[in-house]
Amino acid sequence: MLKTLLNQVKQFKTASILTPIFTSLEVVMGVLIPYVTSWIIDRGIMAGDVRKVVFYGVIMLIMAFVSLVFGILSGRFSALASTGFAYNLRNAMFRNIQTFSFANIDKFSSAGLVTRMTTDVSNLQSAFQQILRISVRAPLNLIFSVFMCVFINTKMSLIFVVALVILSTALYLIISKTVKLFAQVFERYDDLNNSVQENVQAIRVVKAFVREDFENTKFKKAAENLYHLFVRTESLQAINNPVMTTVIYGCIIALSWFGAHFIVVGDLTTGQLTSLFTYVMTIMSSLMMLSMIFVMLTMSAASGRRVAEVIDEKATIFTPENAVTEVADGSIDFKACCFSYGNGEYAIRDITLHINSGETIGIIGGTGCGKSTLGMLVSRLYDASKGSVLVGGVDVKCYDMDVLRNEVAMVLQKNVLFSGTILDNLRWGKTDATLEECMRACQLAQADEFIEQMPDKYNTMIEQNGNNVSGGQKQRLCIARALLKTPKILVLDDSTSACDTATDAKIRRAFREEIPNTTKLIIAQRIQSVQDADRIIVMESGRVNGFDTHENLLKTNKLYQEIYRIQMEGEADFDAPE
Amino acid sequence: MCSICVHLLTHFSLFNFLFSLLPSGRSGGGVKRIFGYVTRNYKLSLGVVMLCIIINSVTTLVSTLFTRTLIDDYIVPLTQSENPDFAPLARTLFTLAAVLIVGIICSYVNNRLMINVGQGTLLRLRTDLFEHMEQLPIGYFDSHAHGDIMSVYTNDVDTLRQLIGQSIPSVFSSLITISITFVSMCVLSWPLTLLVVLMTSVMVFVTRVLGNRSARHFKARQQNLGAMNGYIEELLTGQKVVKTFCHEEEAIARFETYNEAVRDSSNNANREANIVMPVNGNLSNLIYVLCAILGATIALKSPLGATLTIGTLVSFLTLIKNFTQPVSHLSQQINNVVQALAGAGRVFDLMDATPEKDDEACIRLVNAKRNDDGTLSESKERTGIWAWKVPKAEFTHIQGKTDESDHQHADFGLIQQRGEVDFTQVDFSYVPEKQVLFDIELDTDAGQKIALVGGTGAGKTTITNLINRFYDIQDGRILYDHIDIRKIHREDLRRSLGMVLQETHLFTGTVMENIRYGRLDATDEECRAAAELVNADDFILRLSEGYDTMLTADGGNLSQGERQLLAIARAAVANPPALILDEATSSIDTRTERLVQEGMDHIMEGRSTFVIAHRLSTVRNSDIICVMDHGRIIEQGNHDELLAKQGKYYQLYTGKQID
Repeated sequence: MLKTLLNQVKQFKTASILTPIFTSLEVVMGVLIPYVTSWIIDRGIMAGDVRKVVFYGVIMLIMAFVSLVFGILSGRFSALASTGFAYNLRNAMFRNIQTFSFANIDKFSSAGLVTRMTTDVSNLQSAFQQILRISVRAPLNLIFSVFMCVFINTKMSLIFVVALVILSTALYLIISKTVKLFAQVFERYDDLNNSVQENVQAIRVVKAFVREDFENTKFKKAAENLYHLFVRTESLQAINNPVMTTVIYGCIIALSWFGAHFIVVGDLTTGQLTSLFTYVMTIMSSLMMLSMIFVMLTMSAASGRRVAEVIDEKATIFTPENAVTEVADGSIDFKACCFSYGNGEYAIRDITLHINSGETIGIIGGTGCGKSTLGMLVSRLYDASKGSVLVGGVDVKCYDMDVLRNEVAMVLQKNVLFSGTILDNLRWGKTDATLEECMRACQLAQADEFIEQMPDKYNTMIEQNGNNVSGGQKQRLCIARALLKTPKILVLDDSTSACDTATDAKIRRAFREEIPNTTKLIIAQRIQSVQDADRIIVMESGRVNGFDTHENLLKTNKLYQEIYRIQMEGEADFDAPE
Repeated sequence: MCSICVHLLTHFSLFNFLFSLLPSGRSGGGVKRIFGYVTRNYKLSLGVVMLCIIINSVTTLVSTLFTRTLIDDYIVPLTQSENPDFAPLARTLFTLAAVLIVGIICSYVNNRLMINVGQGTLLRLRTDLFEHMEQLPIGYFDSHAHGDIMSVYTNDVDTLRQLIGQSIPSVFSSLITISITFVSMCVLSWPLTLLVVLMTSVMVFVTRVLGNRSARHFKARQQNLGAMNGYIEELLTGQKVVKTFCHEEEAIARFETYNEAVRDSSNNANREANIVMPVNGNLSNLIYVLCAILGATIALKSPLGATLTIGTLVSFLTLIKNFTQPVSHLSQQINNVVQALAGAGRVFDLMDATPEKDDEACIRLVNAKRNDDGTLSESKERTGIWAWKVPKAEFTHIQGKTDESDHQHADFGLIQQRGEVDFTQVDFSYVPEKQVLFDIELDTDAGQKIALVGGTGAGKTTITNLINRFYDIQDGRILYDHIDIRKIHREDLRRSLGMVLQETHLFTGTVMENIRYGRLDATDEECRAAAELVNADDFILRLSEGYDTMLTADGGNLSQGERQLLAIARAAVANPPALILDEATSSIDTRTERLVQEGMDHIMEGRSTFVIAHRLSTVRNSDIICVMDHGRIIEQGNHDELLAKQGKYYQLYTGKQID
C-alpha cells in the first residue's frame, strides 16, 4: 500500500524532499534561538551590558529572519508537494478506473469509487502535508532540544531522560487504546448516517405508517450509543494532557531544585537555566505532536488502503497483443459458454448456439435468468468463465477492444445520459457525426419527434442523470446514441421498457426496414417486443430453454406458452402512452 | 492608571477584531443559538469549566513567573551566601508543586467536563434535528436534494463538533490566558507591555491580511473541488456506458483539466495558509528581542526613573510567549469559527423549516365495538371496527353524518370508519405557478375499489398523496366519511390508510422486523400470516435465514419483486381499514409479477381501496374507474359504462387489444 501511494509522488519528489529539509533548517533555527536568548540574559542583562543585549538581539533577529524564510519555503513546498500528490493520486485512480472491466466496476461500485476519489484522497492530502512538515519537525525538535540540553548541562539532562521514559510509556498506552476506540467510533458514526439516509429516502413509508416516533426512538438510541462511545474515547484521550503537564511541571521543579544547586556551585548560569526551561516545553510539545501524528496516521491508513486498492486493481479485460482489428460480419456463436459473476453461482450455463449475421433475435425469460448477461458477453463486457463467444467467427478475446465494442453496440438496461446538449450525448456514438447523421439515428429510434418539440431542439441541455427527459425519451436517446456507431451487432437490453407499445413497435419496424443487415439482439420482458423477431431465445436459470420462431415456440415450448398466456390474458399493462 | 487604559484598549480592539471577522446578520444569530444549545443543559458544568480554566491559567502563570522568584529570591541570595541553605527553596518548591497539582486537576476536570458538554450538545442537536426532520412535510424532501439533507448531518454537524468541542473552549481559554498574562505583564512593567501590545496588533493585522488572501484561494478551491466532484460522480455513475462507447480517453482528458484546476487552487490556498505559522512565530521572536533591548535599557539605565529588576525583566520575557501564542492561536481559530458558522447556518435552516401543520385537527381514530343495541362505544382493544371520535362541537358541521355512538360520553360522538372518500372541486399545485390537479370531483362509497388510470404525469399519484395529506390542497375539499380530512389528526388519518408505494423502501433489519413495521405490536405469527396471505412466505423461507435474514442497503440483496412482496406484507400486517395501492409496472418478471398482483388482490378484498392501476384485470374489476389526463378526471364510471361511452377509456382498452 505504502509503495503504491509513494509511487504517485512522481514529479513532486523534489518538493517532497525540500519540505523536510527546509523544515529541519527552520527547526534548527528555532532550537538555537532560546540558546541565544540565554546569552541575552547572561551576557547582556545579567552583566548589565546593553550593547551586548543589542548585539545578541540582532543575532537573534537574523536567526529569526532565516527561520522565517525557511518556514515560508517549507510551507510553499509542502503545499506544492501535497496538492501535487493528491493530483497524481486522483489521476492514477481515474486512469486505472477507465481500464476497469464491468467485473472490476461491480467489485467497487460506482458510489464507492466516488468516495475513494474524493474524501479518501483529501484525507491523504492533508496527512501527506502533515507528515512532510510535522513528522520531521517534531522528532527533530525533540532531538535538537535534548542535544542542546545535554550541551548546556549533561547532569541536568538526566532529568529529561527520566521524564521522557515515563511520558512515552504513558502516551503509548493511552494512544494504542484510543486508536482502537476511534475505529469503533467511526463505524458507529457510519451506522448513524446510514439510518438518516434510510429515513430521508423512505420518508413516505415512515409517514404513511405514522412511524415518526418509532424512528425517533431508533435514532435516539443510535445517537446515544455513539455519544457514550465518543465520551469514552475522548475521556481516555483527555488523560494525555494531565500526564503531560505533570511530567513537565515535575521537570520544572526538578530543574529548579538541581539548577539552584548547580548555579550555587557555579556549574550553571541563570540564563542557561531559563533556556533549559524553554527546552523542556519544546521537548514535551514535540512529544505531544508525535502522538497526534500517530493518531492521524492510523486514521488515514484506512483511506490509504482504499485508494491503493483502486490504483493496484488489475483490469480483468484488456486488448490482447496482435489483436484482430476487423469484424468480418455480425454472426455470433456461443460455444459451451458458462459464466459466473464470482458468487459461486452460474448466471449462464453451458450455452451453445449460432446466430446468423443480420438476424433479429429476441431474448425472453424471468429476472435473473441470464438474458442481460448473454448480451453483455457478446460485446465482451464480461469474459466467459468457460467456453467461448465468437463474433464474426473470431473469439471476442482476440479483438481489439475498441473495435469490438464499436461493432457490437450495447444499449444497457440501466442507462445514463450525461450533462450536455442532446447532440453532445449523441456524439458519444460517433465523435464527428454531423447533425444529419444524428437526426437520422434519432428518426430510427423514434426520438426525432420529441426532440423537435423541445425549445432548443438538438441543442437542448440534458441535466445530470437526464433528469429533464422522461424514462421513455431517455431510452430512445440511448438507442439513437448506439445507432450512430453503425454497428454490425446491436444489443438492446430491455431498452424500450418505458416506451409505450406503439413506439416500441415503431422502433422495431424502423430497425427491420432501415438497418436490415445489422444483427439485432432484443432482450425484453414483454412478449410483443420479441414476437416478430426471426428467432426467440427463451431462457431459464441461465440455460436456453427454447430457441425458435414465435409460432414454433408457442406450439412446443411450455415456458413460452406460460409467459404468453399470462401476458395476453388481461394481465398486460394498462398504461396510457406518455 | 495607564495600564488600565491599555488594558481596555487591547481588549476592546481584540473583541472588535474577533467580531469584525464574523459575518454579520444571520451568522451572528447562529452564534447565539449555538451558545444557547451549549448552555441550555450544562449551566453548572460550564460554570465549573470556566472556574477551572481561570484557576488553570493562574497556575500556569505562577509557574511561568516562578522563574523570577527562583532567580531573584533564591538563587541570587544563595550564590551570595557563604553557607547556602536550601531549605527555604525546598519549601517553596513544595508549595509550587501543590499549586501546580491544583492546576493539573483543574485542567483535567475542565477537559473531562467539556467532553460531556460537547458530545451532549451534539447528541441533542442530532436528535432535535432528526425529530424535526421527521415532522417535515413531504414537500420539503421533494424540494431538497437528499444528498444535501444528508450533508447537514455529516459535514455540517461535524464542523459544529469541531466548533463546540475544540474551537469554543480554546478561544475561551486563550482569551483568559491573554487577559491574565496581560494583567501580570502590566504589573511587571507597563512600558514593555505597551510595546508588546503594539507589536501583537501588527501580528494580528498580518494574520488577518494573510487569512483574507488565502480565503480567496480557498473559495476558488471549494468551487473547483465541487466541479471536479460533480464530474467524478456523474462519470463514474455512467462508467459502464463509458466502457460500451470506448470513451475512456475523452473522459481522462476532461478529468485532467478539472484535476489541474483543483491542484492549482488548493496549492495557492495552502501556500498562503502555511505562511501564517512561521510569520507569527518569528514576529514573536522579534517582540522578544525588542523587549529584551528596551527592558535592558530601562533596567540598567533607568531613563524614565522606572525601576525594573533583572528578575522582573527575565519573567517578563518568559511571559511574552504566553501572550503572543494565544493571540496567534486565536487569530487562526477565527477561520475555523467562520467555517463552522456557515455549517451552523445550514443546520438551523433545517431546524427552522416549517413542519407539517395540524392546527385544525380535533378528530381521532379509535377502536370501537358494537353494542347490543347497535350503538358504538370506544374500545381499548383492536376489534376490527374503527370509529372517528368527534368532539360534540364539531358534530354539527359534519353533513350526512350518522351518529352511532352510545352517547355515554357527552363530549364526543363516534362515527364508524367506512372509507368513503369524496373530492369536491379540488385544485392542487406543488409549486404555485404550476397547477397539477384541476377541479377534481369524486364520490365514493364504503368498500369500493377505485382505479386511477392515465399516463405519466396525469396526476394519479398526486390524488393518492392528497388523501393521506402528504400534501395539503389549496382549493376545494376532501371528505373522509363526511369529515373534512383537515379535522382529522394527521397520524390517525394515515393510520386508517394502508399504503403500498410503487417505489419500495425497506429498512436495515431482519425480514421479520420489516414486516412488523406495519404494526409494531404484531406477533411473529401475525407477521408470518401476513406474509403467507400475500405470497411472500415462499421466497422468505428460501432465504438463507428465513424470517431472520438481515436486509441491508434498502433490501439490496432482494430482487425488485421480492421487495415489493415485503412491502405488501408490511401493509397486510397493518390491516388498515382502507388502502392506497400503486401497482408495479416494469422490472419484474412475469411470474413474480403475478405473485405480487395476487398479493395485492388479497389485501384489497373487503376494503375501500384507491389503486393506481396498470393491469387490465384490476381496472376491469374496479367499482369506479377514473381516467385521468393532464390533471383532470376526464371520464368516470365502471368498466361497462366507460366502454359504452366510447371515449378515451374505450380507446385505451381496445387500442391495447388490437396492438
